Amino acid sequence: MKPATRLRIVVLVAAVAAVELSCRSGVIGAFTMIAPSQMVVSLWELLASGRLHNDIARTLTAVCIAFGGAVTVGALSGAVIHALPRLRRTADPLLAAYYSVPVFVFYPMFIVMLGLNDRPKIMIGFLYAVAAMTINTLNGLDRVSPVLLKTARMFRMGWASTTLSVVLPSAAPYLFTGVKLAIAYSFIGVVGSEFILSTGGLGYQIGFAYHDFNNKTMYALILFILGVVLIVNMSLHAWEKVLMARRGLQ
Amino acid sequence: MSALEAQRPRAPSWLAGRGFDTAVFAALVLLLWQGAHLWGGEVAMTTPLGTLLFTAKTLASAEFWPHAYATLSAFLIALVIAASSGILIGAVLGFHRLSGEVAEPVLVAIYSIPKVTLYPIILLFFGIGIAAEVAFGALHGIIPVILFTMNAVRNIKPVYIKSARVMRVSGWPLFRTVLLPATLPEVFTGLRVGFSLTLIGTLLSEMFGSKRGIGFVLMQAIGLHNMDVIMSLTFLLVAFAGSVNVLLLAIDHRLHRRA
Repeated sequence: MKPATRLRIVVLVAAVAAVELSCRSGVIGAFTMIAPSQMVVSLWELLASGRLHNDIARTLTAVCIAFGGAVTVGALSGAVIHALPRLRRTADPLLAAYYSVPVFVFYPMFIVMLGLNDRPKIMIGFLYAVAAMTINTLNGLDRVSPVLLKTARMFRMGWASTTLSVVLPSAAPYLFTGVKLAIAYSFIGVVGSEFILSTGGLGYQIGFAYHDFNNKTMYALILFILGVVLIVNMSLHAWEKVLMARRGLQ
Repeated sequence: MSALEAQRPRAPSWLAGRGFDTAVFAALVLLLWQGAHLWGGEVAMTTPLGTLLFTAKTLASAEFWPHAYATLSAFLIALVIAASSGILIGAVLGFHRLSGEVAEPVLVAIYSIPKVTLYPIILLFFGIGIAAEVAFGALHGIIPVILFTMNAVRNIKPVYIKSARVMRVSGWPLFRTVLLPATLPEVFTGLRVGFSLTLIGTLLSEMFGSKRGIGFVLMQAIGLHNMDVIMSLTFLLVAFAGSVNVLLLAIDHRLHRRA
C-alpha cells in the first residue's frame, strides 16, 4: 500500500470518528445529525424491514433507463457529429456550454409535458448524462491515430472490423470516462428530480423524511445513495485500471 | 485562385460560413419548439414568440426583481466563497504533494456523488434561508476549483521556479511574474466550471427549500400550472447561463492559446 493511501484511510477514519464523537457528546445535536454508527444501524433496519424496496427499485430503474439511453444516444450522436465536420463546427460551442445550463430548470416543463410520473425524472437524468457521453465519444474518436486508420485501410479491413479492432480500442479510455460521468449524472438527475417534486423513489423518501423530522431514516437513505454511487464508481475505476494495465498504459 | 480550384463550382461563400450554420441551427431549434407547442398544445408549452413576450413582461414587472436579486446575491456570495477558498485550498494541495495525493481521490469521489442528497443536511445545519443556499451553491462550485487549481500548481514547470531562484526572484514578484501566469489558464477553467455548478447548486436549493428566489417562483408556478412563468423563467436562466458561459469560454480559450 502506498503511504498516501494509508494516510488517506487514517484521515477518513479520524474524520468519521470525530463526527461520531461530536454527535455522541452533543456538540452536534440529534436534530441536526445522528452519529454515523446510528446511520449504519438505521440503514440496516430499513433494508431488513423491506419498507423501501419499492422506492429503491423505482429509483434504480429510472437511473438505469436514463443511463442506458444516454450512453446509446451519446455514443451514436458523438459518432455522427464526428463524421460531419460542418455539424461539428456548430455543435462544439454548444457542447462546451451545455453544462453551464442548470438542466433542472427544465424539470417543471417536463412535469407539465409528461405528467407527474417517472418519465420527467428519467428525462432529466438522460439530459444530464447524454452530453457527457457525446463529448467524450468525440474526444475518443479524435484520439484515434490516422496512421492506424490508414493501416486498416491497407489491410482492406471493412467498416465493422475497423471499428471493432482499431477505433474502439483507441477510443476506449475516453468512452470509459463518458460512461463513468453518465452514471454519476444520471444519478444526480434522477435523485435530484425526485427530491424537488415526485411521487416516489429514494430522493422523494429523503425529502419526506426531512419534512417529517425523521433524521434516522433520512440519514440512512443518504448513506445508502452515497454508498451505491461510490461502490459503482470505485468498481468502474478498478475495471478501468485492469483495462489500462492490459494495454500496458499504467 | 489556382486553376484546379477554379474548375470545381463552389457554393457562395456565405453558405459555407459559420454564421450560416448557426442560423440554420437556431431556425431548427425554433421550429422544433413551435412544433412541440403544436403537438402538446398551450397546456404543455408556450410558443417561442409568446415566451419572449412574457419574458419582456416579466422583466418589466415589479415582482420579478426582488426574486432575481435574492437568487443573484446568494449565487454571487457562494461564487466568491467557492472561488477564493477553492483557489487557496487547491494551491496548498498543489504545493504540498503528499496532502494533494491524499486528498485527490476523496475530492474526485465528492465531485461525482449526487450532492442534492446532501441538501437536507445543509438545511439542518444552516436553517432555511440564504445561508443554506450559499452553502449549497459553494459546496457545488468549490470542488472543481480545488481540483483545477491543484493540477495547475502541480504542473508548473520546475525550471520556471529554478530560474526564478537563480535570478533571486521571490515573494510577490515571484507570484506575479512566474506563478500567476503559469497557473492562470487552468485556474480559470476551474472557475468557469465552478461558475456553472454554483449556479446549479443555488437554484436547486431554492427549488427544494426556500421562500424566495427564481427557483422558488419556478416551484410555485408548477403548483399553479402557470406555463408562461415556467417557460419564461427557464428561458431567462438558460439565456443568462449560456451567455455568461460563452464569454467565459472565449476568455478561457484566449488564456490557453497564450500559454
